[in-house]
Amino acid sequence: MEFAELIKTPRADNVVLHRPFYLAVEGTLCLTGHHLIFSSRRQDNAEELWLLHSNIDSIEKRFVGSLGTIIIKCKDLRIIQLDIPGMEECLNIASSIEALSTLDSVTLMYPFFYRPMFEITEDGWRAFLPHQEFELLSSVTDEWRLSCINKDFSVCPSYPPVVTVPKSIDDEALRKVALFRHGSRFPVLSYYHQKNGMVMMRSSQPLTGTNGRRCKEDEKLINATLRPGKRGYIIDTRSLNVAQQARAKGGGFEQEAHYPQWRRIHKCIERFNILQESLIKLVEACNDQSHNMDRWLSKLEASNWLTHIKEILTAACLAAQCIDREGASVLVHGTEGTDSTLQVTSLAQIILDPRCRTIHGFESLVVREWLQAGHPFQQRCAQSAYSNSKQKWEAPVFLLFLDCVWQILRQFPCSFEFNEQFLIMLFEHAYASQFGTFLGNNENERSKLKLPQKTMSLWSWVNRSEELSKFQNPLFEANSLVIWPSVAPQSLQLWEGVFLRWNRPSKFLDEAHEEMINIIKYNKELQAKVNALRRQLAEMETDDRMQENL
Amino acid sequence: MEHIRMPKVENVRLLDRLSSRKAVLGTLYLTATHVIFAENDSETRKETWVLHSQISSIEKQATTATGCPLLIRCKNFQVIQLVIPQERDCHDIYISLIRLARPVKYEELYCFSFNPKLDKEEREQGWKLVDLNEEYNRMGIPNSYWQISDVNRDYGVCDSYPMEVYVPKSATAHIIVGSSKFRSRRRFPALSYYYKDNNASICRSSQPLSGFSARCLEDEQMLQAIRKANPGSDFIYVVDTRPKLNAMANRAAGKGYENEDNYSNIKFQFIGIENIHVMRNSLQKMLEVCELKSPSMSDFLWGLENSGWLKHIKAIMDAGIFVAKAVAEEGVSVLVHCSDGWDRTAQVCSVASLLLDPYYRTVKGFMVLIEKDWVSFGHKFNHRYGNLDGDPKEISPVIDQFIECVWQLMEQFPCAFEFNERFLIHIQHHIYSCQFGNFLCNSQKERRELNVQERTYSLWAHLWKTRADYLNPLYRSDRSQTQGTLHPRMAPCNFLYKFWSGMYNRFEKGLHPRQSVTDYLMAVKEETQQLEEELEVLGKRLANLQKSQLNDNRVKSKQQDQSEQLGLSASNNSLANTPQEYSNDLKSFPSRSPSQGDEEDSALILTQENLKSSDPDLSTNSDQESGVEDLSCRSLSGGGCLPSEDSGKDSDEAVFLA
Repeated sequence: MEFAELIKTPRADNVVLHRPFYLAVEGTLCLTGHHLIFSSRRQDNAEELWLLHSNIDSIEKRFVGSLGTIIIKCKDLRIIQLDIPGMEECLNIASSIEALSTLDSVTLMYPFFYRPMFEITEDGWRAFLPHQEFELLSSVTDEWRLSCINKDFSVCPSYPPVVTVPKSIDDEALRKVALFRHGSRFPVLSYYHQKNGMVMMRSSQPLTGTNGRRCKEDEKLINATLRPGKRGYIIDTRSLNVAQQARAKGGGFEQEAHYPQWRRIHKCIERFNILQESLIKLVEACNDQSHNMDRWLSKLEASNWLTHIKEILTAACLAAQCIDREGASVLVHGTEGTDSTLQVTSLAQIILDPRCRTIHGFESLVVREWLQAGHPFQQRCAQSAYSNSKQKWEAPVFLLFLDCVWQILRQFPCSFEFNEQFLIMLFEHAYASQFGTFLGNNENERSKLKLPQKTMSLWSWVNRSEELSKFQNPLFEANSLVIWPSVAPQSLQLWEGVFLRWNRPSKFLDEAHEEMINIIKYNKELQAKVNALRRQLAEMETDDRMQENL
Repeated sequence: MEHIRMPKVENVRLLDRLSSRKAVLGTLYLTATHVIFAENDSETRKETWVLHSQISSIEKQATTATGCPLLIRCKNFQVIQLVIPQERDCHDIYISLIRLARPVKYEELYCFSFNPKLDKEEREQGWKLVDLNEEYNRMGIPNSYWQISDVNRDYGVCDSYPMEVYVPKSATAHIIVGSSKFRSRRRFPALSYYYKDNNASICRSSQPLSGFSARCLEDEQMLQAIRKANPGSDFIYVVDTRPKLNAMANRAAGKGYENEDNYSNIKFQFIGIENIHVMRNSLQKMLEVCELKSPSMSDFLWGLENSGWLKHIKAIMDAGIFVAKAVAEEGVSVLVHCSDGWDRTAQVCSVASLLLDPYYRTVKGFMVLIEKDWVSFGHKFNHRYGNLDGDPKEISPVIDQFIECVWQLMEQFPCAFEFNERFLIHIQHHIYSCQFGNFLCNSQKERRELNVQERTYSLWAHLWKTRADYLNPLYRSDRSQTQGTLHPRMAPCNFLYKFWSGMYNRFEKGLHPRQSVTDYLMAVKEETQQLEEELEVLGKRLANLQKSQLNDNRVKSKQQDQSEQLGLSASNNSLANTPQEYSNDLKSFPSRSPSQGDEEDSALILTQENLKSSDPDLSTNSDQESGVEDLSCRSLSGGGCLPSEDSGKDSDEAVFLA
């Protein structure tokens, strides 16, 4: 086993674990191929901490005499400190953790070794298939078809094998359109608004270049989604300036002259390292131990995190507004169509479609609009807020999406079937997991890695009733309406559940949540009792009357 | 009425602050007590009522083609923007309001004309609801260390103190009077809170007149007496809540702070809370931020930081936490003062009391707390909240800050308070409304002279009557966070202090969560109660039926008739409990539902007798507008509110809508 070579010291005794809000605990530290395990020796209250190596974002060493200290910063933003006696042990352990947490081969990751201890009732890998979605669609409209043009990922490497496109556009035309779009991401259906038949499509930027190239098939494809005499909106998630600059590199945007039925709106959503730096600054501010109120607010401001939240939500609201209020179809794209585009299309669906506010519906949304749509999870989530290496493809795009969902959830606390914990759980698993769901950058890579055969799906685990109950929102009452969040600064808040999770005591908030559950549970119990009694009485009375009639 | 130059103007437009597109047309009325805007739209008939006493500023802006804009800012943070067609009318309204908003006599205030149709006895009962002697008894006073003193009868020693003060038993009248002469405005050390468990206490006073070297034997004896009243501790803390620089500057004026060398066994401590002028400017700056039209996130956060508001809130809280810890954990008594001992001292004593004693976190207890630390000890309500026309430099949001501290604590300890956010907001509203007599004048003495209790009603009785609206569904008196001392984190906890949009953007309903967890849970709890009752009824019926089946037929049939009757009512009841019906039920549930277009007299009659707006929400318009959303959490019509103005409110959207 190759991990053994990386583990120089598999075990150390008399290690002291420090965490905020807990007393320091002494215990034994063990390293395995995938976990760092700390177990306290105390007989009365044995405690174990299991940490996935892949959850470790960075590690620091310090020495005072022969006592070494390792500070471990995790991708879920937690920070723990281990005091390890013996300089050599400490160095060995630190370098082992470093090596094990930065394995470069995907197939060495834990999901390939993880064996579930639970019974699988439903295979998550087969829970959200494009055909099922399409069946739902074809029950309300026949204007769309499933195309298998990408079945061997030859047309677009980041698309799934099957995509939904307008019925009137054949595969030959799609091939031509693919050549005209960045990374071959031709426009596909993202969402069909049953209420008025309007649609949301997504793609990448058109390759117009400096000389204004055009593609008749592309124009035909997106025009095919318009009703006669109707206009549509193209939401470009870049500023006009950025979009214009993209032409020099062969990219660009849809020219009015060639797309007369479409109106283009530019909404600037930041990307890549700007977002990553924003996350780093935000987490730094949240971990700042100083007492100064002003510094906190200015650091929060300087991180720009909430500005990004506001921009993304505003763009999503705009897309939703075009569809629901203006009765127009929408095409969303940025540059590659794998990041800001997906933030906008998925959030717009949460606003518009009550189904996406259920647990199953939200999972389906994540699968469709993020995993199958080719958001490069492995690249984006390789490192989190504590990383020193600044690779340009890392970015908290998915975390921003989850944060936006939390903002809407906070404004409509009774309209979501899931709770905040559900979102936090998805954040954790996107960055480090025992499940294969978020491995790979697209369906093509996942199929090459044979993830469905070799790893367990996150959904197989989550969708069992034991787990589900933790993620259910006790206040949920189905709300079939469109929900319009406010994006004013006063309405947006720091997501404490993620960013202050490890630096604030949660006891009182937990108690409040518990109380909420109790209130609702008691109400439901009473309702059941009353109903049962009523039935019983009704039966007895009928019996009575029958007896009397006899 | 003589100040009303123009009682009615038609075709006035009320602008929506967030969107000029949403202006509504209506008629503006001026009455002796209110500004009323009644919409023309016959379907909604929405009315906006604003008490004159709520008006903090009126601004006439440059006339435009559409008319003459008038901006009214209120002390409860409502901002009303009107456009009046004729410049002349606007001027008349402006001049009238300037006068109406700044009464010169107490008799002009609303509480002297407000009539909730209660008889004399009910009114008197109302004033008895909060009884401070009872409260000191509850603390365990008088006891062997503390006694009630009549030294201030007829307000002879200190005219801003209550007639009845609690002092250490060993403090003789001679000591008290002597000490009072050595304190600003003769506000000598007196008991604010006594902590039964360990005899430690919180006392309050004004600054000593120590200058650079003056001493006063009686004052030193007074502090000694306070220490002796707590045998468990050999020193007391003296907390000066001013920044050290301010306190030192006071020495030049013959005032200052205690010299540790002169007083035996004291530990002196500065905790810097800024003065009323800094606080007034800070609020002003924060409100400017709240008023920004579609600000960016940076504008907002930067402005919030720049206002310093949350920093000040934290300073007050930190002082309260320090005092509470000294008392509960160290068992040491504390004397708190600032300059005059009626602003910062009131804030710190009341925050500390609230942290120490769960009673003050109940609906009734909170009323008692405000009565104890603010009303009775001469917090200058009239000056601070500008009830009568006066020096604008005296105005400062002192109690607003205390109320916000409570809200910040509620956010950290969601199960610890019996009341909810609405309770705080309504109290803030009524501190400015002058609808009830509680907060009139600057001292107990002035209130007695004015016969306030004989001539006006008490807010506490009013709030008590409608207390169901103010309950926190998560409160449980048996919870760990409910009992005993609250321990908020001192530092580093900057991130725990948040902007309170429910207060400062109170009237911008579009900015708030569209579904209220509190209202939802209260509705569930109400339903639960109904279910409990029904369960009991059904249980009885079942028992009856079982009994009757054992009896002979003739008796049985008779009984069955009865139970059938019973059954009818029960099943009616139960109908209301099915989920579908429940939403209807809910619509009428929160009794704060804005029905100011009163059913009985939907015509607008402009006499005071008809003004029933004792509920702050009744004098607003925004509630009605968002009523559907507010009450909607369980109803199908919920959530489907219009897109918030901000969702797409920028140039791009304007382009695409054009």
